Amino acid sequence: MKKFKYSEITPEKIYKNRRSFIKSIGLGASSLAISTIPFANKSFANERDKLTSYKDITTYNNYYEFGTSKGDPYRNSQIFKTSPWDISIEGEVEKPIKLSMEEISEMFVSEERIYRLRCVEGWSMVIPWMGFSLSELLSKVNPTNKAKFVEFESIYDPTQMKGQRYPVLNWPYNEGLRIDEAMHPLTTVVTGLYGKKLPNQNGAPFRIFIPWKYGFKSAKAIVKIKFVENMPTSSWMWASPREYGFYSNVNPNVDHPRWSQATERIIGEGVWAPRVKTLMFNGYGDEVASLYTGMDLKKYF
Amino acid sequence: MIKYFKPSIFVFSTIPFLVITYKIFFNKLGPEPVKEITHFTGEWTLIFICLTLSMSPLKKLTNFNYWVKVRRMLGLFVFFYASLHLFTYIGIDYRFSWQPIFDDVVKKKYIFVGFAAWVLLIPLTITSSQKMMLLLKQNWKKLHRLIYVIAILGSLHFIWLSKTIYFKPLFYFVLIIVLLTLRINFKRIFEK
Repeated sequence: MKKFKYSEITPEKIYKNRRSFIKSIGLGASSLAISTIPFANKSFANERDKLTSYKDITTYNNYYEFGTSKGDPYRNSQIFKTSPWDISIEGEVEKPIKLSMEEISEMFVSEERIYRLRCVEGWSMVIPWMGFSLSELLSKVNPTNKAKFVEFESIYDPTQMKGQRYPVLNWPYNEGLRIDEAMHPLTTVVTGLYGKKLPNQNGAPFRIFIPWKYGFKSAKAIVKIKFVENMPTSSWMWASPREYGFYSNVNPNVDHPRWSQATERIIGEGVWAPRVKTLMFNGYGDEVASLYTGMDLKKYF
Repeated sequence: MIKYFKPSIFVFSTIPFLVITYKIFFNKLGPEPVKEITHFTGEWTLIFICLTLSMSPLKKLTNFNYWVKVRRMLGLFVFFYASLHLFTYIGIDYRFSWQPIFDDVVKKKYIFVGFAAWVLLIPLTITSSQKMMLLLKQNWKKLHRLIYVIAILGSLHFIWLSKTIYFKPLFYFVLIIVLLTLRINFKRIFEK
């Protein structure tokens, strides 16, 4: 993993000022700078797209490997060892490969990607990730014609991850995407946050982020990517198939069996701030709705 | 000394309320303030349910009669914190938009049991005075056994709203089951 010198790290204040500067010079010029981020271009008009603070993003996490309460990941992940770290890409591919984090950071250029995160629990953040499209990495292998899905396996290490000593979930954490979802340009390999190295509690050293799906789909600390023929059973599907579907697209019209998904709370807003309406595909419908044409999203939730 | 027992329990029981008021006015609620108030008041409701249920086992255990003397007061605190919890949900979280609230109560089982538990607390609160005790005589005791049902509903409410039963929902569930089991007269069952 690339080491950042302290001088290379942009303080949050300057970072935010820079963003408002980009904002102030208008859409024309700004889209030049961040044209690769579909969401960012549309975002300027909307107050709900204010960046969530670095502190909230890094201290309010769902990462059950480090404990089930929101502050646990920050508290329990600081000594987690993220180097050396290898990621193997295997399964239904012509030639499986294994890459180290160093190799990956040399091979791919990370860019800033500001995406909204919607948690299945009904809260949301806006996060300035650093990363690149997963498709760039996946194009390093040739899937066989049997490959239909991509499975992501996170690390299993109960000595370092104390949450894994209890059967909270079916460890190691497992997630999956259909190949076209995995190859979609919005599906991101995350390497950093706020221009800094990705903190452990946010899934370092290697996590993915799928902005139009509920947060739990975006697996953290991944060690294995596997092309498979059949739809994988993710850890959350395994825990409760009625509640967590394979697709788990953000959808205000399909309620979680136990709570409504119509509205959400924005993290960092004051106690008197109202809920806001949740958007279909978390606001990324223009980019991703075509992946699901003709599908009954109530059935394939 | 003994005359200070009940007043001091009263003062201790108001501490959670003072803490959450302080947190609201001094902005100490963290990234998701409304959820924090909801969880805080909800958990204290469960704690007071457990405290209320511990009084008669404590009396047996310690031979100290005064435990039962504060039981009704603790029960009123259950209603107090449960009402704060309900108000946070209806007033602060949903801002009195009744349609989604109504949908939640009907469709979401965790809200349904939580709401049912609060409704069941109402007759207990109304009949909590000395006067009512005398008026209802034997029936008072029977009526107030509703707290056992309320305790179970409250614990189910917590289990069903959580993504996983580990660890707090499980803890309160086990604690409530233990406290209820202590009430079963096993001697009588065996003699039968």
